[in-house]
Amino acid sequence: MVKQLSIFVQNRSGKLAASLSVLRDSGIDVRALTIADTPDFGILRLLVDDAAKAEAVLLDNGFLVQTTDVVVVPVLDERGGLASLLEPMAEAGVNIEYMYSLIARDAKDAFMVFRVTDNAAFLAMLKAKGLKHVEPAELGIR
Amino acid sequence: MDKYYQPEIETASVGDIRKIQLERLQEQVKHVYANVPYYREKMDKAGVKPEDIKELADIAKLPFNYKQDLRDTYPYGMFAVPLKDVVRLHASSGTTGKQVVAGYTRGDLDIWAECCARALTAAGCTDEDVVHVSYGYGLFTGGLGADGGAMKIGAVTVPVSSGNTKRQVNILKDFGSSILCCTPSYALHIAEVLHEMGYTKDDISLKAGVFGAEPWTNEMRLQIEELLGIKAYDIYGLTEIIGPGVAFECAEQTGMHVNEDHFLVEVIDPDTGEVLGEDVQGEIVFTCLTRKAFPLLRYRTRDIGVITRQKCSCGRTLIKMTKPRGRTDDMLIIRGVNVFPSQIETVLLEQGYMANYQIVVDRVDNFDTIEVQVEMTKELFSDTVRGIAERARELTEGLKSMLNINAKVTLLEPNTLPRSEGKAKRVIDKRKLHD
Ligand SMILES: [Zn+2]
Repeated sequence: MVKQLSIFVQNRSGKLAASLSVLRDSGIDVRALTIADTPDFGILRLLVDDAAKAEAVLLDNGFLVQTTDVVVVPVLDERGGLASLLEPMAEAGVNIEYMYSLIARDAKDAFMVFRVTDNAAFLAMLKAKGLKHVEPAELGIR
Repeated sequence: MDKYYQPEIETASVGDIRKIQLERLQEQVKHVYANVPYYREKMDKAGVKPEDIKELADIAKLPFNYKQDLRDTYPYGMFAVPLKDVVRLHASSGTTGKQVVAGYTRGDLDIWAECCARALTAAGCTDEDVVHVSYGYGLFTGGLGADGGAMKIGAVTVPVSSGNTKRQVNILKDFGSSILCCTPSYALHIAEVLHEMGYTKDDISLKAGVFGAEPWTNEMRLQIEELLGIKAYDIYGLTEIIGPGVAFECAEQTGMHVNEDHFLVEVIDPDTGEVLGEDVQGEIVFTCLTRKAFPLLRYRTRDIGVITRQKCSCGRTLIKMTKPRGRTDDMLIIRGVNVFPSQIETVLLEQGYMANYQIVVDRVDNFDTIEVQVEMTKELFSDTVRGIAERARELTEGLKSMLNINAKVTLLEPNTLPRSEGKAKRVIDKRKLHD
């Protein structure tokens, strides 16, 4: 599983830039970024190379931040690649809270990042189906 | 440890108190009639003479004093002694209009200190305590009021005044302060900074706090008590009457004992002026019985509350007033419904938010709107949109059931609302700008 940072942002674009520059100034590399947006607020979700350090830096700078365990799965870049993953998930009763795609800088592979209600059940399903999930180190994440 | 500062007064029989009050009232009315031409004129107009005060109930014959009277007589028109007998001036913040200037004779300062000493003693203060005063020192009565009370008791006073909260935390820690005096919102801010600095309540020696000068709710009390590891006591007062110490809370925490040998309290109907008596909600009115320089009779506080003589477990017989439930002038009328900011605060604190909030009232197309902005907390934040939307929905529903109107809820990032070191500014009423 991979540690993901979630930051509460009110819908002010300045705050997004501010959080990123705080991380840059601390030498933290952002590997993936997505924002969940509503008319009233947003949640900025980040995968960074050093989640513990990033969390501490953000807290110090007054951001409301939380870490969450997410599961990153490689998805074959071909027709039906994603469906072949979602179908067994549905069958196994693994509920998806949200998901987003991640393209690794150097690899040809595409990945999907999943936040599910039950990580253990998800991992067990992947194993049973002979599907891989990605370890943090493979993404250059500590 | 002494439980009372002046047991002979604080536990006197109601009959004895009434006797003292009547003697003092008669003397005070004579003093004001003789020395304050402005009020003498009001009494003459109302057809009442000092001799007409034969029993306590006769106080109802006296005309009221309003804040406007104090503005009209600014600065010295309500003083009842020559300036050479005045040793101190205080002034209330002039947030709306002209400020109010109040004078004190040496004797007045002594009475005031005595009242504050009773309050501090009720909070467990003795001559062995270190009293950290973070109320502002200056024209505002908070700082010097608490200071005077601590001095009477013989405690160590640390006159920090307000501001520079990190330094306040270090002083609390290093000086071993045991009692904190400030506004409740500043107490919460101190607690916040204490935690931001990486300390907890175990790193300080506070045991009690005496908080006043602004309205606060019971939920806010519980938060302060938890974060600072103290028992939090309410203290009530206003510069027009003397300053903090007009009434104070005991360990029972169910209302504040009025120092009624110095201040006679009435509850009246704010619309008709009719005296309502005990156990009925209305506007609180005070008469200074002993203060000589600035002795207001029947001053309309605009605070809404209840007074009661129900027996108190602390043994004091002084009449109790509830925490003011709002102010006649704080009251917001939104779509015809009366809304008090304190009601909104109650809901926020019940749901786990801190008391960092702002109420924005506006009028859009002739329709009143109310928005409650509150900072999200680490505990309430969750990583999913659904989770946060659920928090917002709960808050909207909580407000709806408390206020009977729909309020828009906006969850803010932490530290986006201004922090106050004195009285917090909670309400922004934009309707006034359009009118
Ligand atoms: Zn009591």
